[in-house]
Amino acid sequence: MIFNLINRKIFTLLKVQYSNMLEYRVEIALWAISGIIPFFMLNIWTNNNLNESINISDVLLSRYFLCAFFVRQFSVVWVVFSFEEDSLMGKVSPYLIQPLNPFFRYFAQHLAEQITRFPFAVIIAFFFFIFNPESIWMPNLGILLLSILSTFLSFLIQFLIQSIVACLCFWTEKASSIERLLFIPTLFLSGLLAPVVSFPAYVKSWIYFTPFPYLIDFPANLLSGNETNISGGLSMQILWIFLLFPLFKKIWSEGTKKYTAMGS
Amino acid sequence: MRQSIIDVRNLSKSFDISSKEPGLKGTIKHFFRRQTKSLKVIKDISFEIKEGEIVGFLGANGAGKTTILKMLCGLIYPTEGSILVSGYLPFRRKENFLKNITLIMGQKQQLIWDLPPIESFYLNASIYDIDKFEAKKRIKRLSEMLEIDEELFMPVRKLSLGQRMKSELLAALIHEPNILFLDEPTLGLDINAQRNLRKFLQKYNKETNATICLTSHYMKDITSLCKRVICVHEGAISYDGKLDLLLKKLSPVKEILIVCRSEEDAIKLENSGFTVKNKTKNEVTIKIENYSITSSLKTILNNFDIEDLFINEPPIDEVIGEVLIKKDYDI
Repeated sequence: MIFNLINRKIFTLLKVQYSNMLEYRVEIALWAISGIIPFFMLNIWTNNNLNESINISDVLLSRYFLCAFFVRQFSVVWVVFSFEEDSLMGKVSPYLIQPLNPFFRYFAQHLAEQITRFPFAVIIAFFFFIFNPESIWMPNLGILLLSILSTFLSFLIQFLIQSIVACLCFWTEKASSIERLLFIPTLFLSGLLAPVVSFPAYVKSWIYFTPFPYLIDFPANLLSGNETNISGGLSMQILWIFLLFPLFKKIWSEGTKKYTAMGS
Repeated sequence: MRQSIIDVRNLSKSFDISSKEPGLKGTIKHFFRRQTKSLKVIKDISFEIKEGEIVGFLGANGAGKTTILKMLCGLIYPTEGSILVSGYLPFRRKENFLKNITLIMGQKQQLIWDLPPIESFYLNASIYDIDKFEAKKRIKRLSEMLEIDEELFMPVRKLSLGQRMKSELLAALIHEPNILFLDEPTLGLDINAQRNLRKFLQKYNKETNATICLTSHYMKDITSLCKRVICVHEGAISYDGKLDLLLKKLSPVKEILIVCRSEEDAIKLENSGFTVKNKTKNEVTIKIENYSITSSLKTILNNFDIEDLFINEPPIDEVIGEVLIKKDYDI
């Protein structure tokens, strides 16, 4: 019953946010294009034959970076910036006195944006295959479904991490600067610039205990058909969600006591 | 006997405020060592509001009116004291409490800027667990009351301020709350839009017996909606009671302009013992105490040949303005 009600709320939120996102379709197309870092990285790797050092073929490496592009497209999160702005401008006040946590709004906003992004990401992939026809492959249905699940879990992890940072707005007002600190390890350790397998052994000895490799590297390897520990990766993703969710709830409940409703 | 729906006891609120000296030296000092002090913005206030009452909160800018409303609706946490609204502790923000209240802040909007208001209405309806059929009925009824129709289907960014405010009200009332917290709802609206909004609030209060707590700098909002006012001065309550009692106390006299048929009558009236404010040819303006107004007018009508007569109420803005700068009113 409660699940159904939440579902109805989320579904309506999603519908409304999708209509809202369609108002910004050009902007979303540009955002999709702006996420092509993995293709630049692919170019650097293949032109310098760096893949030989880690025993990955050109084809597998190009599939990896294409998948990294896809995973990134559907797991990118900006909730800290939205919440910070809304909080500073007093826009969060009306949401706080509604019987739905305001983070559900941001959650729906992100999902709606991902749905809007999808066709643009497919077009970019289409052009990628035109220039790299040898990279065309078809993952089997099971792997495809697991990859979608893993990408969604990656999105959830990033959403929770950023939501926790966003809640620091209740204390510091400029929580986005803390997020910028987190952006550095996310960029370098997630697998967006290079597959984690290429990292030095001492980094690999501890990196799998952090959430970063499960953000891009694990889902991208899974989708591209590279060797990876599927059950281990999914378990770690779920474990991180179980660790982060109570932390978010705690910081949210403490933070709202500090809320001063400035700007309103 | 109506029940108390809002019960506030010894409520206080303090904010930590950081201060910075001007200039480069002050900036560097502020960077290394922040000076913060606790500022008590609400000081030990107590009051009760009964179901169905419309209460106006009056006070100068920064007096603490909005902070009180924010605590009443659970948006901010009180430092000391207790608040019970509809039997709930507001800051706990329990679902049933939130379904009972609404907060409308003039110029602050919850409508989605790029979409027509109707989308926000249906979104709010689902947030408050109202099914689509019921939501449609409520939107129709409220839009008729607010006299908005095609605006519902135009993007919010294309609406005028008045149309937007009406849509904001509809969005905020779709769950039919029992308690309305309105923080300057007519801010920035033109005279007609202000009047329409007031008419709507009166009607809503009459039809639903909703309790309304209102702050406004427009005296017309207060005088036409509120029988009771709570005056806030520097975070403390300086007056809590009937508005007409306050006005009587603050302006015990009325000004009466009397137009006599002849100049002789005007001179006679001028010298008949009334307090004369001014006299021009056959017009005399006199001041009469409120308590003796009937008997004084009887005397004037019986003894002088009067062509016309005008009773002027004291300018309410001036009267209320006096309240806002005084600390205590014992009436």
